[in-house]
Amino acid sequence: MAVWERLVSVLEEDCRDNRLSVSAPFSRRTLLAGLGGGAGSVGMLSALRAENAGHFPGTAKRVIHLFMNGGPFQGDFFDPKPGLTKYAGQRPPSANLRTERKTGGLMPSPFRYRRHGESGLPVSELLPQTAKCIDEICVVRSTWTDNPNHGPALLLMNNGTILPTRPSMGSWVSYGLGTENANLPGYVVLCPGKPVRFSILWTSAFLPGSHQGTYINHSSLSPDKLVPFLRNRDSERERQALQVNLIRRMNERHLQRSGPDTRLEGRLQAMETAFRMQFTATDAFDLSQETRQTRDAYGEGHFANGCLLARRLSERGVRFIQLYYGNGQPWDTHNNHHQASRDLSRAIDQPVAALLTDLRQRGLLDETLVLWGGEFGRTPTSENGSGRDHNHHGFTTWMAGGGIQGGMSWGETDEFGFQALHNRVHVHDLHATILHLLGMDHERLTYRYAGRDFRLTDVAGNVIREILQS
Amino acid sequence: MQGLLRVVSSTVLVACCHVFSPADAEDQVSFSRDVLPILSTRCFACHGPDAAQRQAELRLDLETDAKLEHSSGVPVVPKDPDGSTMLSRINSEDSEEVMPPPETGQTVTVEERKILREWIAQGAVWGKHWAFEAPVRPEVPRNGTVALDLLVKKKLADHGLQLSPQADAWQRVRRLSLDLTGLPPTPEQAEQFANNPGTEQWNALIDALLERPEFGEHWARMWMDLARYADTKGYEKDRGRTMWPWRDWLVQQLNQDRPLNELTRELLAGDLLPAATVDQRLATAFHRNTMSNDEGGTDNEEFRTLAVKDRVDSTLQIWMGLTAGCARCHSHKYDPLTQEEYYGLYAIFNQTADADRPDDAPLLSIPGDERRLRIEELEQSIGTLKSRLEHLRNQLESNENDHWTAFVPQRMEAQGHAKMETGQAGVITVSGPSPERNDYLLESAPAPGSITALRIQALIPDGQKNAGVGRNPGDPNFVLSELLIEIIPAEGSPRSVAVQRAKADFSQRNWPVQAAFDGDLKTGWAVSPQMRQPHAAVFVLQQPLTISEGDMLRLQLQQRYGNSLTMRCFRISVTAESAEVAERDLFAPGVREAAAELAQLENQLKQLRSAIPRVPVMEELARERNRETRLHVRGNFLDPGEPVMAGFPEAFPIVSTVAAGGPGRLDVADWLMADSNPLTARVWANRIWARLMGQGIVTTEEDFGTMGATPSHPELLDLLAVEHRDNGWSLRQLLRMICRSEVYQQSSIVTAEHRLQDPENRLLARAGRFRLSAEAVRDQLLAVSGLLSLHQGGPPVMPPQPAGLWRSTYNSEKWVNAEGDNRYRRSLYTYLKRTTPYPALTTFDAGSGEFCMIRRIRTNTPLQALVMLNDQTAVEAAGALAERMLAQPQEHRLIWGMRQALIRPVSAEQTEPLQMLLDDVMQEFEAAPESAAELLRNARAEVAENQPAAELAAMVVVAGAILNQDEFLTRH
Repeated sequence: MAVWERLVSVLEEDCRDNRLSVSAPFSRRTLLAGLGGGAGSVGMLSALRAENAGHFPGTAKRVIHLFMNGGPFQGDFFDPKPGLTKYAGQRPPSANLRTERKTGGLMPSPFRYRRHGESGLPVSELLPQTAKCIDEICVVRSTWTDNPNHGPALLLMNNGTILPTRPSMGSWVSYGLGTENANLPGYVVLCPGKPVRFSILWTSAFLPGSHQGTYINHSSLSPDKLVPFLRNRDSERERQALQVNLIRRMNERHLQRSGPDTRLEGRLQAMETAFRMQFTATDAFDLSQETRQTRDAYGEGHFANGCLLARRLSERGVRFIQLYYGNGQPWDTHNNHHQASRDLSRAIDQPVAALLTDLRQRGLLDETLVLWGGEFGRTPTSENGSGRDHNHHGFTTWMAGGGIQGGMSWGETDEFGFQALHNRVHVHDLHATILHLLGMDHERLTYRYAGRDFRLTDVAGNVIREILQS
Repeated sequence: MQGLLRVVSSTVLVACCHVFSPADAEDQVSFSRDVLPILSTRCFACHGPDAAQRQAELRLDLETDAKLEHSSGVPVVPKDPDGSTMLSRINSEDSEEVMPPPETGQTVTVEERKILREWIAQGAVWGKHWAFEAPVRPEVPRNGTVALDLLVKKKLADHGLQLSPQADAWQRVRRLSLDLTGLPPTPEQAEQFANNPGTEQWNALIDALLERPEFGEHWARMWMDLARYADTKGYEKDRGRTMWPWRDWLVQQLNQDRPLNELTRELLAGDLLPAATVDQRLATAFHRNTMSNDEGGTDNEEFRTLAVKDRVDSTLQIWMGLTAGCARCHSHKYDPLTQEEYYGLYAIFNQTADADRPDDAPLLSIPGDERRLRIEELEQSIGTLKSRLEHLRNQLESNENDHWTAFVPQRMEAQGHAKMETGQAGVITVSGPSPERNDYLLESAPAPGSITALRIQALIPDGQKNAGVGRNPGDPNFVLSELLIEIIPAEGSPRSVAVQRAKADFSQRNWPVQAAFDGDLKTGWAVSPQMRQPHAAVFVLQQPLTISEGDMLRLQLQQRYGNSLTMRCFRISVTAESAEVAERDLFAPGVREAAAELAQLENQLKQLRSAIPRVPVMEELARERNRETRLHVRGNFLDPGEPVMAGFPEAFPIVSTVAAGGPGRLDVADWLMADSNPLTARVWANRIWARLMGQGIVTTEEDFGTMGATPSHPELLDLLAVEHRDNGWSLRQLLRMICRSEVYQQSSIVTAEHRLQDPENRLLARAGRFRLSAEAVRDQLLAVSGLLSLHQGGPPVMPPQPAGLWRSTYNSEKWVNAEGDNRYRRSLYTYLKRTTPYPALTTFDAGSGEFCMIRRIRTNTPLQALVMLNDQTAVEAAGALAERMLAQPQEHRLIWGMRQALIRPVSAEQTEPLQMLLDDVMQEFEAAPESAAELLRNARAEVAENQPAAELAAMVVVAGAILNQDEFLTRH
């Protein structure tokens, strides 16, 4: 058949093509990507899965980042602080830390803790379902970051720097490991709305444009609305393959004529991913394919749907999935904190537990790292009587799966949970550890740009080996 | 160990964020460039403008305070680094002493310490943040374009680089046309220039493009981003809102090159200008683009105050590049804006009448010239028709129908000495005294025969046009309380005659004609508000009345309402025709038709009037209704603090005179546009520059404060700013100056040297190359395929979008894919619903109009490729382009198509791959005609006579490939 023969010959040509001339970083994995990227190769490519191209064998293949944008209060969940009750209303010297705004005396968390699982780790009553999974979880109580303002803290947590514009963590991971599934974007960002700072949080910056996060607003669930332009008008996919392939060749020609450009290179890849998404995304984003039982396990609401989508995407090999809790910064509880924390916890508890359980049951948890946390924590002192201010001195994040040792806590905060004191984990350390789990040395995952090698962890970061499975 | 790493880390960061770090400049440390960024990031949080957070009563943002003796010494002693406590505290090893305190997580890096030390040693010369000093025109040639080139070349030379060669003529025409009008040129336009590409021709081309009507549309889109324009109100319900007349106004102003200072006055305070025109009041819809919340149970005051804050924030951000939003809750930590000062500005904007009301009041009616003309025409026709109708109604003899016979009384009686006279054709006129109530008694002997119905016509005497049907000149209505009919036979006793039903041409509300025979004197038939025209009623008798010779008919018109609501001129007739015929003829023939026509016209007028767009505008409250402004503690409107006076921030004082009653919105406009304002001219020049170059001289277009990016070319920025201001704030002048430059016209090709030395193109050794804006992507598709409609203005349109995106839970608003012209209008006319913006545009980074958008961050995702491959508009564009390609001679088709899209010469060799695609795919389509038909249906492509469908279908695939090339999507 004429078209198919043409496709094969085009593929062969591509292999002969010296695509290395386009740009060195782009072509580091070109041969594989070139084949994988060949749009004509729909049928042939399912056999070609990207191998984990890291520095050493990693335990995790992908990441699901559950982002509580706005910043949850560490003392409400996994870090009980009886000291708060003892000194309620007072402001002892050690609680006299500076944050964004002025805060008053200590405000105890009213939520009761109980020990759970074999590990006996304490979890508060706000997370009864998640508590059942505590033996999968490593609670990092001693996380800290540099700045008590949302913008810089969001940038540090996502992009490893407080300055825009640097590549996001997801982009680094996608760049470092390539894609597991050429039919979907390697890095997907889910949010029912827009988080503060928006697209800069998943930018690829100077990394090749194909590693940028693909943002999908999942407030509506039908696949057509999630990804609105999936329906191809020409029913014959091989014909379109030929068309897309031709477009790529013309684009490459243009690129060679006009000089290197990471954005153009990114679009080159994007076109091909898009082409393939037409045949796979409807399926990946279609929650109606899940059984009633599964749907019930995750529960209702946008966060439950997001968790379920995250599982479907991770099953399909999406490398990095970020699920932002909500539009704006819902966890930013400057007023009426207790009630807000109660409501927000109710919205995440069951879905988080269901996600961990589901991944475990499907045998995916061991190779999928789940990360939970905000851009910072909140103050144990009260703001305005009922609120809590931002707190960058110490807060809780947790990780599960992907080679993390479950049922343990790491690090300690002071007696009020204000400041990380022992085994402090800076965001750079968190990033270093995540990259390590994925099989990458954070000091060697670099990109030369503007005369200098850049890293996600800049010149800092230490892997927390103690929390890894031996 | 970690501490050391951190220090090194920050050094690298600092070295990178200042592209031109002090190390490579002269040895003199610059306060604003080198020192202030350190102080603002490391120190100002506690020793800056925010009094609430201030420690030790020390301000390092003020020279006087920093050089003053404090409890622990003098922080900054010029020329004496060792005597400066600021340095000794920073260098201290003691955790109690060291600054910044460890708990802040801030450290001053080694490199930064060196800078501070050097600065003090050099004399600690103070200055303001660079952007807060007034811009000064650098010492360069008077010709702005020449000066611009010179400044860029100088900087390049410092880095061992130079401008790229001029781009080829075709490329320059395409670039210029896309930049100035948002649309590509035609290949013919480009070729014409390419044949004679002189400087004079280039300048003429710039001028010609600036005069295009599409120029205003393109630059209006930038303004619409700033103005957070949308066609709905936002928040949960997100109902429709009529804002498009403002958008049309905007396009018009830009096409007239209205100077920015005049525009600013009208946008912010057009309603307050003396004798404000409709257009000037319409201009103020600018700040009514804020969202409003119709959700039940929300506090209108909450959303009103949010809107006012949004106006303050957006104003400062758009004109001065200041991020003021944080001062809603607390004093700005980095820039000189205290919370009190924020609410001082808030107080000025706090006095408008709008209050988050569901009707969005106050509204301004904008009939528009065309509609106004039609309304006037209609009003005229209605007037003519009305007088014709009146004439007809009063025309008694000539049009009298055969089957009605006038009832000419032989005996008449009225009460209270009122006088009754019979005139022509049985018309009875009442005159003389006019008692409150009156019963008219009329008797006559009709001709023998049958009477089935009786008619009363209330008339207006000839020549008394403005009079009414009643006798009270102040209220010329009548009330016929009861009509009594009696027959007095020649022999026998009188008996009353019952009425079966009645019909009137008009009845007053609650005063129907039926009430005139219900036996109740408190009710009756009346005709207000139409009492200034004739009326008639037909009363059908229960049984036809047989009249014999000598029988008398007696009528009583009982009018008991009072207030002299009695008839002054009337006629009574009888008929023997059937009830249906009788009821048809209330008046003379022709009246019914004329009345129907009148009703129709009046209805048209009503519809026309209700369709007049009513746009939310600003309207100042009357002085006595002014709101008291109090500071919102922590930004909470329910927690009012101290009262605040309207005023301007101390750091940016107002120089013009303010009215005695305190500053108003007009003063804000003057304050922003004053020569003394250091920011406005820079912010606008930078904004326009960024649109042409792909990025600003200050990349953080939204932040010119101390936390913003430093300018890559400070002198160039000042040159542009001063030129823009001194050229009377003309946008066209500024664009002309930039577009004529060598910098603008150079090639965009990236060389290996560029990539190494200046990957971000901060130094401008090449022209900007970037993906087109969302609107330009779509408009260009339509333009090159020939589908584009250039129709300007009017209500927003709904081009095709994927089905089912709009959820209209609350109202009947629906997205109906437009047909015809409106399917292919420019993208700025696309209906923008805030909660569901047009997906093909947002995928390419267009905003939702919820908040002021200073610049769009360009992203690049597979979803964009999906739009280009599958969006209905893209597919139709491929269809239309394919049709046009096939209309060319066979050997030129592919070349023609490529030229059309890419605007450059195309060789036959370059179309070879397309030819292969065409041949392959055509063969396929020949074998599968139903597949070809499906594609053609989707692409709305029509097969011409004698043309194989497979050929067109294959050409659609080829056209799709042409329209998906990066080169097509890129401005370069």
